[in-house]
Amino acid sequence: MDRQLEVELARRLLAGEAQAFDRFVEHFRAKIFHYSWLMCGQREDAEEVAQETLMKTFENFRQLQDPERVRPWVFRIAKNVCLTKRRRSIFAPAPAQELSLDALVPSRDSRAGGRDGSMKIEIADWSHLPEDLVLKTEMMNELQAAIRTLPEIYRSVILLRDMEQLSITETAHILEVSEDVVKTRLHRARLAVRKHLDGRLRNSVKEMAR
Amino acid sequence: MKANEPSEQCKEVFAALSEYLDLELSPASCEELEAHLRGCPPCIEFVESLRKSIDLCRGYSPGELPKALGEEARHELHEAYKKMLLAREDH
Repeated sequence: MDRQLEVELARRLLAGEAQAFDRFVEHFRAKIFHYSWLMCGQREDAEEVAQETLMKTFENFRQLQDPERVRPWVFRIAKNVCLTKRRRSIFAPAPAQELSLDALVPSRDSRAGGRDGSMKIEIADWSHLPEDLVLKTEMMNELQAAIRTLPEIYRSVILLRDMEQLSITETAHILEVSEDVVKTRLHRARLAVRKHLDGRLRNSVKEMAR
Repeated sequence: MKANEPSEQCKEVFAALSEYLDLELSPASCEELEAHLRGCPPCIEFVESLRKSIDLCRGYSPGELPKALGEEARHELHEAYKKMLLAREDH
């Protein structure tokens, strides 16, 4: 569902049109479930976060001044519910861990010299990854694994910015950090995901060569 | 520079890639970055791999759905919605 449709549903709900209720619930429940499942790591926790977020959403719905902002508004509630849940959980969040930029960029492969005498950067052959592979379960599973291995402060940024396609400003508002912090974390998160997938691609090429 | 490390220029490119791919770099920085890319095939390869990785994230479709919403849970939400509407009318 695109954002315009979400805005329309929010507008109708605010106007008291109860017919929009089930569609709104179904849509946002799935979205919050996926976000919190990747954030909390536990399916049951994610189901509870989704329900609690929707409760808070409806309880406070009249505070939503601008229906255009419904997605970031709901996600800000979800982020807080998720955080509370994580604090109470035995799977409490680990202390914030920083990713170093140097560790995320490829090194040069000194064994493989280019024809022009330059050295070749170690990297998998991504040209073999067809665009429609985006839909393949295997890559989605790998992507999920990559996201799960990210430290939390990076995971939340990539989930909101790239997966939920919220803007830098909206992501900064939800996470209560500056836009510069969002940009830095987003870049490192993307590099870490790329590195994870690159490793998997290289392994699958090796397996195919056997 | 160690033999197995990318050049300083490549590192500068790596640091600016997200902004480049999100079209958020200033025209001058963008031009500088593209000038480097024209002479550095490994960096082009790296940019492409990052672009594809970001595309994968944007096209992410989770395989698992939440369990169907139970009647009680739906009722709870609907009550909260109705209560909010009533409170607004009273206000």
